[in-house]
Formats: sequence, C-alpha cells, structure tokens
Amino acid sequence: MSVCMGARRLVGLSLSRSSWILSRGANTSAKTLSSLRRISDPKKDRIQKRDITSCNVVQPLRSENKVTVNFINRDGETITVKASPGDTLLDVVVQQDLDIDGYGACEGTLACSTCHLIFEEETYKQLGPISDEEMDMLDLAYGLTDTSRLGCQICLTKSLDGMTVRVPESSADIRQSDGSA
Amino acid sequence: MRNIKTAFLSIHRLLQASRRHRARSLSACRLFSSYGSSPKVCIVGGGPAGFYTAQHLLKARGDMFVDIYERLPVPFGLVRFGVAPDHPEVKNVINTFTQTAQHERCSFLGNVSIGTDVSVEELKKAYHAVVLSYGAEGNRSMGVSGENLAGVFSARDFVGWYNGLPINKELLPDLNCETAVVLGQGNVALDVARILLSPLDFLKRTDITQQALESLKASKVRRILIVGRRGPLQIACTIKEVREMINLPETKADMLPGDFEGIAEALKDLPRPRKRLTELMLKTLKVDEGGQKASNLWGFRFLRSPVKLLPDADGKRVAGIRLAVNKLEGSGEEARAVPTGQTQDLECGLLISSIGYKSLPIDPSVPFDPHTSVVPNDMGRVSQTAGLYCSGWVKRGPTGVIATTMNDSFETARILVKDMESGPLDLSVNKAGSQEITMLLQTRGVKPVSFSEWEKINSEEVRRGEALGKPREKVLDVEEMLKIAWT
Repeated sequence: MSVCMGARRLVGLSLSRSSWILSRGANTSAKTLSSLRRISDPKKDRIQKRDITSCNVVQPLRSENKVTVNFINRDGETITVKASPGDTLLDVVVQQDLDIDGYGACEGTLACSTCHLIFEEETYKQLGPISDEEMDMLDLAYGLTDTSRLGCQICLTKSLDGMTVRVPESSADIRQSDGSA
Repeated sequence: MRNIKTAFLSIHRLLQASRRHRARSLSACRLFSSYGSSPKVCIVGGGPAGFYTAQHLLKARGDMFVDIYERLPVPFGLVRFGVAPDHPEVKNVINTFTQTAQHERCSFLGNVSIGTDVSVEELKKAYHAVVLSYGAEGNRSMGVSGENLAGVFSARDFVGWYNGLPINKELLPDLNCETAVVLGQGNVALDVARILLSPLDFLKRTDITQQALESLKASKVRRILIVGRRGPLQIACTIKEVREMINLPETKADMLPGDFEGIAEALKDLPRPRKRLTELMLKTLKVDEGGQKASNLWGFRFLRSPVKLLPDADGKRVAGIRLAVNKLEGSGEEARAVPTGQTQDLECGLLISSIGYKSLPIDPSVPFDPHTSVVPNDMGRVSQTAGLYCSGWVKRGPTGVIATTMNDSFETARILVKDMESGPLDLSVNKAGSQEITMLLQTRGVKPVSFSEWEKINSEEVRRGEALGKPREKVLDVEEMLKIAWT
C-alpha cells in the first residue's frame, strides 16, 4: 500500500510537472506581449525576464548542491524539501507537488498573490530587491506582513539553505475591489 | 550515470503500476457508485467560482463526482468574458480549470440553462448537493434619467462586447467623440479606460475580438474622465490598474490638484496597500507638471454622483452628464458621500456606467436577498435549504480579485465536505446525478456541450487567431459555437 501511495504521489508530480512546463511556454508568449508594450522601462524588463529564464540555471543532479527549504503549511505542519538553487519557490512547490491549496494561480506571471509566503526576518533581508509590480500584488495578499514576498519571485541560492517559510492563512479578508481581477 | 538511469527506470515502473492502480480504484469507485454511495455534487456556473469549488471537492474526497453546468457552450465565465484581453497572465488560471474539467470524476455540461432548461429542485433530486456559482449577471443601475440615450453603456456590456460575449456582439458602440466619461472607479472602470486608450498595435496581439478592434481603430476618444462619488482615499481600484494607466504610451494623467489637498498629510496613518495606491496617484500630479507630449488624457474626478444624463439637440444621443458635487462625512474606508447641493456638467459623447454588478435570483425555490443581491448563506451553506450551497459572487457580492473567489470557493467546498462527513448531507440515498438530468434534458430537446466538445471550439478559435497573429479569435455566436462543437 505504501508503495502505491508513493507511486500515486509520483504520478501527481509528473502530471503537474508536465502541465507546468506547457503552461510556462504559454507564459513566455504572454510575457513577450507585455514586454513589447513596456519596452521603454528597463527595470520592468529585468523583472519579467528574471521570472522566466534567469532563475533556471542548469544544476547538476548531485544532492550536495541542493538547498533545504522548510514550508510551514496552513495547518501548522512543516514540509521539508530539498530543491535546486536557481529554482523559484513556486517552482519548488509545483515540482515537488506540495499540498498547498491554490498556490500559484497565475503560474508565476505576477498577476495574482496566491504564492504569498512569509519569511523569517533574517532570511527576508537576504532576498533580492523587490519590484513595484511584486509589491502591487502583495498589497492584495491575504495576511500581508513586513516580511512577505511572492514565492514566484524568490530564487533559491545556497545561502538560503535551511530557511523556513510560512504559508499565510487564507481566511482573512483583503481589501475589496470591484473584481475585474 | 547508471544510478540515475536505474532511478528513472524504477520511477517509470512505479508510475505504470500506479496508473493501473488508479484505473482499478476508479472502476471500483464507479461500480460502488451504481450501488448508491458515491457522493454526487453539481455546480451551477462554469466560471472561476465553479471551477475552484469543483477543484477542492474532487481533491477532498476520492469518491466524489462533480458535474459543472454552464449556460453557454463555452466554459470559464468572467476569465474568458471579463478579464481584460491585455491581461493574458490572469487567464493562466484556465490551465488549472482545464485540468479540473478533465479530471476523471468531473464532467462539464455546457449549453444548459439552470432555471430554464432544468430547475434547481430537479438538480436537488438528482444530486446529494447543489452549489450555486452563477455569478452576477445583473447591473447596478445609476437610477437617473437618460440611461437609454444612445452612447450610454453599462461597463458589463462594453466589456462583454470587446471580450466576445455572445449577447453583446451587436453592441457596436459609436466611438466618434473626443471625451468619454466612465462612472465608477473600480478595476472594471480602469479596464474600460485602458482598452479605449491602448495602442492598437498592442491590442491587435491580444484576444480582443476583431470587430472590437475595428471599432477601436475608428475611435476618436482621446480623453477619459473616471468619476467616483467619494475621494482619492476611498477609490476602489487596485494599484496595478492605476500603474497600467500611468504607463500607457503617449497618454498623460489629467488630475485636479485640488482633489488631493490634505491627502499627503493623511498618508502616514494608512495601511500599506492604500498608502502605496495614494502615493502613486500623488506622483501623477508631479510628473505631469513637466507637460510631456501626449495625445491622450485620462483622469480621476472625485466627489461626484450622477444626477442626470444630458441629451444632444436631437434628444437621442448623450452629450454630457450632470453631476452632484459631494463632500465626505467621516473618514477612511467608511467615509460617506453627501451631496452639497451644487452640480457640475461634464460634456461627453460616450458614457460607461461601471458602478458594479449584481446577482439575480435564479429560481423561486432558492432564497435571495433583494437588498444585498446575494443568496443568503453562512460560509456557503444556503440559509434554511439543506443540500444547497453557494460560492463566488452569489455568495458574497461582486467584489474581489480571482484569489478572493478562489478562497471563498475553497471555503464552500470545505463546508460541503464537512456536511457529508458529519451528517447533514445524507449519502446513504442513491442519487443518479447527471444521468437523470441528461435524460430530462433530452426530453426537453436540450443537448449539453461536453468539455471535449468545447475543446473543438477552443482549437477552432486558436486556429482563427493564428491567422490574425492573435492568441485566439473568439466565436461570437452561440449557434456557431454549437455547430463547431457537434461536427
């Protein structure tokens, strides 16, 4: 039975991974559209490129290069995973099929705030600079804190090894807008 | 290297074994269901609320069957017909919805109108539980004279028109005027303003309909005033949409500095989202003192409520709007707009009312609160109606971004599953589910559109889009959708 359960999990992983790759292809075209429009703003272009390509450094498969990340889920359970430097935290959740409901609805395109994570203060200080567009989306996040970031914008590095991130509660209400998404 | 290979091989074997296991457990589950114990739930409405509710239900119980009914032959509701064409990133949620629809325990039944083709009572008989997720198809009305003049549109219709909603395909708005007024300052209002002022070279690469693109090509609209009844600190839109307006090429913000008196001083006490949004608006005042070159203008007008729409000399078209000048009573989010007794007229040849959507009652057997325009409920359980649930805009009103709908749909699904496990929903009764409903539909001459039939429409739209250099060209006519689905 436990073998079956393990296998089930693997199936889930492979399914969600392949759909992820497909959708990433779609993202690239979406991004191309946006960057066409905003060609004059180099800062934005940098941000948009970062979340598509520059995180994806090819990593050797050796385990000593992996980074350990602890996720504290909404129910308080800690999930510990090993992930590759260069991946974003959204990549990690998707690739490892972590059970976080509704995580990453817009698939890493800075169009929602569902990949919101809360960092420890020391870790937060080590994270890269935060763009206006990420701040804009964070402003709509449930349970916003001073050490909140979007998982799709955080690339893993060796120096983040062992970090703990918390998935915020989803029940608190956010400021209401009129809903064009 | 060999180790890696071995690892891959064993993963491959595991995958195959588990697929077999899944197939077996599914057929066991189907067998079981014919003996009457597998829970069957249906969802009314194939928009984000319906799909997120279904997603959570399917995940929470491995024996649950979920059917999604949708009035149109095409799924995804406002993600297809509401989200602006220049926000393709938001539409990525369709990938997850598609996975849900293709789930082995989920069925999509398009082209079925609940309340007309099938009643809610009939659904309740056929399913253990019914979830209402049919959104908000009505409009809040301005309640002033002149609403029927030519050139006056609801934002819902205008958005439906450029997004290819079948019912709005004949709208054909006349854009032969310089100034448009948008009433309301939410994200829909800003979507409309942005689409009207966006460069065509950009729009033509989106999934905006070709006919909307043609109208926009001929558009003379160069100035858009976005009018709200309260002040800058109460504005309803989100910062992303304001930033997009500011970033429009050859477009300049045209604000009235007087509207922002005392606002800078109030900043320090605001919560971060409101503070950043207000700071961004204040920045537009400064940037535009430089007088940069721009052919288009947009601006917010605050503290104004509609009194009446002013007709042109022939009395047929809108030529302007009379606004009551308001002042604020109280402060912060709760501040109320109170008329001062003064009025002001604005000239405009196009007026789009974007003061909010509202849900409509679906069926006399379903409770409905006419004052709040929602189905009265407690965390998604419809009041005093066992077996009936709701999610999305019918549950909490037409506000919020997609994440808001996602969270409230998950909440409804959690409550429903809890009711299955703790008693209120009796699973010992056999329910025939879609079998019973499709038989009813057959006798009534209604043929549902399945998800794989929608995929034929989808492929055709993508194919038509490719020819035009767009991600898709939507089919605008329901009859044509059905023809594609069934050939």
